[in-house]
Amino acid sequence: MKSNTRLVALLSGLGVLLCAAGANSARAQTSHIGNLTGHAAPGSKLYQRYCVGCHGADGDGAGENAPWIDPKPRDFTLAVFKCRSTPTGTLPTDEDVFNAMTRGFVTTNMPQWLPLTRQNRADLVAYIKSFSPKWKTLKPGTPITIPAEPRLTIESILHGRQLYQKMECWKCHGPKGHADGPSAATLTDNKDLPIRPYDFESGSRFMCGVTNQDLYKIFMTGLDGTPMPSFADNLEPAGAWDLVHFLRTLQPFDTPEAALWKAWLASHAGELKPIGPGGGGGGGGGGGR
Amino acid sequence: MVKWFLKGTGGAQWSWFLTGACVAAATVLSGRQPAYTAYSLEVHKRTVIPAFARKYHLPCSACHTAWPELNPFGQAFKDRGYQLGNDRDSPIFQNNAYIPLALRTTPQFHLESTTKQLVDSTPGTSSCCAEKTLTQTGFDLSGIDFLMLGTLYKNVTFGLVPTLDPDGTAGIETAFVRFDNLGNSPWANVKLGKFELDNLLSEKRIILLSNNGGLYQSYHFIPLNDGTNFGLGDNQIGVELMGHSPNSYTRYSLAALTSTDGEAGIGAGSSYDAAFTLSHALDAGSMGVERFGVYAYVGQRPTVFESDSGVPIPGFSVTRKPFYRVGFTGNFSFGNLELLPFLMHASDDKALTGGTQNAIWNAGLLEAHYFVNPQLAFLGRYEAIRMHQQADPTTTPSDQGNIDAFTIGLRRYVFMFSRAGLAMHGEYSLTKTIGNVPLSGDGNGLPPATAGTAVWSSSLLLALDFAF
Repeated sequence: MKSNTRLVALLSGLGVLLCAAGANSARAQTSHIGNLTGHAAPGSKLYQRYCVGCHGADGDGAGENAPWIDPKPRDFTLAVFKCRSTPTGTLPTDEDVFNAMTRGFVTTNMPQWLPLTRQNRADLVAYIKSFSPKWKTLKPGTPITIPAEPRLTIESILHGRQLYQKMECWKCHGPKGHADGPSAATLTDNKDLPIRPYDFESGSRFMCGVTNQDLYKIFMTGLDGTPMPSFADNLEPAGAWDLVHFLRTLQPFDTPEAALWKAWLASHAGELKPIGPGGGGGGGGGGGR
Repeated sequence: MVKWFLKGTGGAQWSWFLTGACVAAATVLSGRQPAYTAYSLEVHKRTVIPAFARKYHLPCSACHTAWPELNPFGQAFKDRGYQLGNDRDSPIFQNNAYIPLALRTTPQFHLESTTKQLVDSTPGTSSCCAEKTLTQTGFDLSGIDFLMLGTLYKNVTFGLVPTLDPDGTAGIETAFVRFDNLGNSPWANVKLGKFELDNLLSEKRIILLSNNGGLYQSYHFIPLNDGTNFGLGDNQIGVELMGHSPNSYTRYSLAALTSTDGEAGIGAGSSYDAAFTLSHALDAGSMGVERFGVYAYVGQRPTVFESDSGVPIPGFSVTRKPFYRVGFTGNFSFGNLELLPFLMHASDDKALTGGTQNAIWNAGLLEAHYFVNPQLAFLGRYEAIRMHQQADPTTTPSDQGNIDAFTIGLRRYVFMFSRAGLAMHGEYSLTKTIGNVPLSGDGNGLPPATAGTAVWSSSLLLALDFAF
């Protein structure tokens, strides 16, 4: 009987060891950022220092500060990320996660971790990847191709405006980009938590970058986990750039797009059809390129 | 081995033993660090200056190597004007109940002992004089800091730190307004008021706390008979232009300051000091961030005032004489080990010292922190000050005023989360001062009877350091 007890104990112990070996393989995750290789082991220490308060010890976004944070911290166990260079529904590249961590998320509690060394951030990416088995079984998507930005013209902006109407961007972002579309108040994320659309008029940076290329990428890859879909199947690259140019006019900045738009509006404002239900969004002869 | 194991006795105990050993092995193999495992078993782990932690819901260890010392992320946060730069820094985004206030104090037991103190040979009589080691022990309090810092609006930062000494004396440690990111550039930030100089080695964030170890001797050293009222670690009143790169790896500051060593009022009379710092950090990969910098402080103090019937009129100086402090400082990380070197070359004009030539001295220190994890730190420091030139070499021994100071400490953060912090602190500090009053200690404040004699002063501190 005693021998049996010990045998059970030995086997159970070996079982624990085997489980540990499995866990170890997950924790042995790496990341590759340019010529840097990040490792999960040092990343775990950094995670305890910087991230655990919000994202939780298990990476499930349930850290002790999570109840007080809006929007909620990312749940790494789902391996769903907003800011990617890869198509919707796919895993981001390591560099995507690295860039998001470096950039932070404006209007949220996620700060820019730029002061950490690049190696530290690469290690953190490796550790974050250890929270979901998806990183073991799936490969990141292939980054989308972003063609060179075409020359800015008023026709491009006007066509972008038509697309804003046609793609029903206004339903969430509002006719003037003030985040007050008819659907804005009902939006929820993949955890059924309320979420607000981007308010172009606020002047805040975009969450996933500040350049026109970043803006292009946002609506061509979608923000997974949010109601913001990918328009890659609905927009040609040229049209996507037109939309970028129009969206820039909604922001309160002195951009080339805004300057061109204001100059055109000064003499053509009356030609515009309103954006919104039944609106045409076009006008000014800018229906095509 | 297995056969021996199966033949043994006490199966249930062995079962528990083996399972426990395997779980321990599993923990190790799974790559979870001790701190991580501890986190899973306990509840809270992190600490920081709580006002910001409450505002931003970040663990305190995000900004501090071990509070109150800043890490590179905390330095960048401070440089941005205590802002994350997430478009939610303005207080309009805060819950109405939020108040940017944190309190810090340190109840403690401490021992202070100083040798060569002049006392009456028979207590209670005027039977001068004997030298004696004076020792005091007891439970005590530190002062209380009311730390109020934050934003008035986006890119408008404020700081207000009233203090209360244990005897009830109130003071204003800090009071400033800062305009951040002028012209949308991190390179231009202007601060006006009373504030700490942009010292890379901050005495306001010093991690050693005892009477002898809780200050940098180099920051406050003044040669014997030198009346210059200046401490590099003292908060000063003036205006500062400061700038930094987006990650704060490169930083500079320029400040114009009233020549009062931070005392309110313009008692020095149209006299200004200037401070300059410049530092740059390198990304050293997994080692961390390696920062090195230079600093200079040039000031003047009045020596002759306008007078009325021969009585000086304070605030209306006629003649002022200069002093300066220049040097190098660094902050180097080697994984869990942090080294903080500091070097200073200093001079006070002979008119300030009452001597026949300028007083010149050199100082340096090396402070080491070893962070076992964010909750346990071993601390040590060695500091030395050497007189290079005495103001009055004919009557003053060449080593008069030299200091050697040693400090070791241990700091254990009982818990760490983003609302409050409590640290258990143990520290021992020993200072040798040649022929002068120790800068701290039991505060008897008497130099030894014989010039050039060494005075030893020691502090033992056992404390609970908390902030909320």
